[in-house]
Amino acid sequence: MKKFTVLKGIAAFMPDINIDTDAIIPKQFLKTIHRKGLGKSLFYNERYTEGYNKNVDFILNKDPWSNSSIIIAGENFGCGSSREHAPWALLDFGIQCIISNSFADIFFNNSVKNGLLLIKLNKNEIQKLSELAMKKESFTVDLINQKILVKNNEINFNVDPIIKDRLIHGYDDIEITLKNKQLIVDYENNKNKFHIWKNIVYEKQ
Amino acid sequence: MDTPKTLFDKIWGDHVINQTNKNQYLLYIDRHLVHEVTSPQAFEGLKLNKRKVRKPELTLGVADHNVPTTLRDQGINSIKDKIAKLQVETLEKNLSENNIKYIPLTSKNQGIVHIIGPEQGFTIPGTTIVCGDSHTSTHGAFGSLAFGIGTSEVEHVLATQTLVQTKPKNMRIIINGKLKKNVTSKDIILKVISEIGTAAGTGHVIEFSGSTILDMTMEERMTLCNMSIEAGAKAGLIAPDNKTFDYLYGLPFAPKEKNWELAIEYWKKLVTDKGAIFDQEFSFNIEELKPFVTWGTSPENGIAINEKIPDPKQYNNLEKRQSIEKSLNYMGLKAGDSLKDISIQKVFIGSCTNGRIEDLRAAANYIQGKKVSHNVQALVVPGSGLVKKQAESEGIKEIFLEAGFEWRDPGCSMCLGMNPDQLASGERCASTSNRNFEGRQGRGGRTHLVSPITAAASAIKGFFVDVTEESL
Ligand code: SF4
Repeated sequence: MKKFTVLKGIAAFMPDINIDTDAIIPKQFLKTIHRKGLGKSLFYNERYTEGYNKNVDFILNKDPWSNSSIIIAGENFGCGSSREHAPWALLDFGIQCIISNSFADIFFNNSVKNGLLLIKLNKNEIQKLSELAMKKESFTVDLINQKILVKNNEINFNVDPIIKDRLIHGYDDIEITLKNKQLIVDYENNKNKFHIWKNIVYEKQ
Repeated sequence: MDTPKTLFDKIWGDHVINQTNKNQYLLYIDRHLVHEVTSPQAFEGLKLNKRKVRKPELTLGVADHNVPTTLRDQGINSIKDKIAKLQVETLEKNLSENNIKYIPLTSKNQGIVHIIGPEQGFTIPGTTIVCGDSHTSTHGAFGSLAFGIGTSEVEHVLATQTLVQTKPKNMRIIINGKLKKNVTSKDIILKVISEIGTAAGTGHVIEFSGSTILDMTMEERMTLCNMSIEAGAKAGLIAPDNKTFDYLYGLPFAPKEKNWELAIEYWKKLVTDKGAIFDQEFSFNIEELKPFVTWGTSPENGIAINEKIPDPKQYNNLEKRQSIEKSLNYMGLKAGDSLKDISIQKVFIGSCTNGRIEDLRAAANYIQGKKVSHNVQALVVPGSGLVKKQAESEGIKEIFLEAGFEWRDPGCSMCLGMNPDQLASGERCASTSNRNFEGRQGRGGRTHLVSPITAAASAIKGFFVDVTEESL
């Protein structure tokens, strides 16, 4: 996984609340069997009119936001279906950080696992940042020092230390878990002893 | 004495392998369901990292999301969309390479992953069940801790049979009272979500209890738990009881003989202790509940069939007002409209919310001898091959066909429109599924979530009908 330390870039402000994963990447793009290549279809329904004809009013079709690496979004971003294609599409487009008042649970987990940083801020801070984003200011997201810097503004943010550690080092989850392999084996042995009924014995109908 | 525990705390506690961080735990996963859409990249990841599936026997695979609902006897060749076909082929290949049991498209047991889990007895109380699909919450109706996961987590479960999870909070929703005739558990959950909102459950597991829940059949309970995810929850949960045990007894994957007895002994302890504390609690009485219909593009936009569509102006919160205006605009509706005057073009009866035999039975019963309105195309998509077979043996298929409904092969179908069953732009659909997001059933399509009885009745009339007032 790619390491995340300091990100510099442009931020697009998308004020709608409840931007769901269907809006982020509509279902017709879920038929892929690979992780890459979804960025082109990110926000497809709003970003394009027919085929891949650009909707010129959509923020990611306007310069300089077509090169955004940050999104500032309305609350409850990423609600809806659990598709991990949502963070894949965002990352493939080039978005590496999303700032919102709140995120949907599954989307939050999916994002962290793929190296996408999600930052929760209060409404005043979001208001402030959205104004700066609309002025096309350049943003610096410093994960190491947990600060967002824009012009003369500095906003501190919280991040779970484990998530921070993982993003900074680009750790893979499975690798971390397998360090506890013996504990898993012990659990399974216990299960066989005390909850044998949980095991599956399949009988043909 | 031990501190009183909730049902959720008990199941959680029994699956913790160790604590990995402040509120994070490594959990053992007892059951894993995989389908074609959210698994290919997980298997791809395993292969790239040269990892093996840890416990193939604890995983079950089926293709359901993008499969056509016609010409099923042709199996995979019924899929005309090349990419969709490749996805199903990839699933079949991945499962066979990893020795994972697969229910093929041509099997009579094939169906929507959340319908076949319970049907096959793969879903049992006291277990942790995951699947790369948010409606995994359905299985919570059996007193199992069941939740949706993303593809990276699918890969993690395949490789380790565990997941790292933050411990959710406890929420209880108590539902009391006896439902009016033709009002269903779908109406209850739409009502609940309209009251508490789609974010209320965030970070929580919801336990449903109360007299209404005790009276419910397993299928009604599944409908309720299925949509707890639409209230924002991680999972829905209902304490197992004799109905649960009767449902599962003798099913292919369910424990047998001595194991069945051990299981029952354990399952009987799966109740919330007296005095256990919930972080949040809501309570509803549903005696007077009317059938519910959603009018907007969020599942929380529900009203009783006899209510008027709300006026955005009555909301002080600007964001809320704007989101309602946007919804109404998309849906082609006006504040103050009556739902009973709104005509529809499509009806979809199916999905993991309402594609079970009792759903089809109730709908068929209500419309028997009537004809679908000439303006309406109506689809019945049984949730599984077994549901379909059962419906055919009970004469339900004939009732639908005579009325002018189309009778399809099982799958997710128009619930998400990944297969050819879709809404055209501007088309309005009474749908028994669970999500009414913009474009969910097809770009520009307008979805109204309803119960199967309301959907069927509306197909006959061509507009929404109050099934507690009118007979057809
Ligand atoms: S029926 Fe709909 S909600 Fe259920 S699993 Fe299929 S797509 Fe998901």
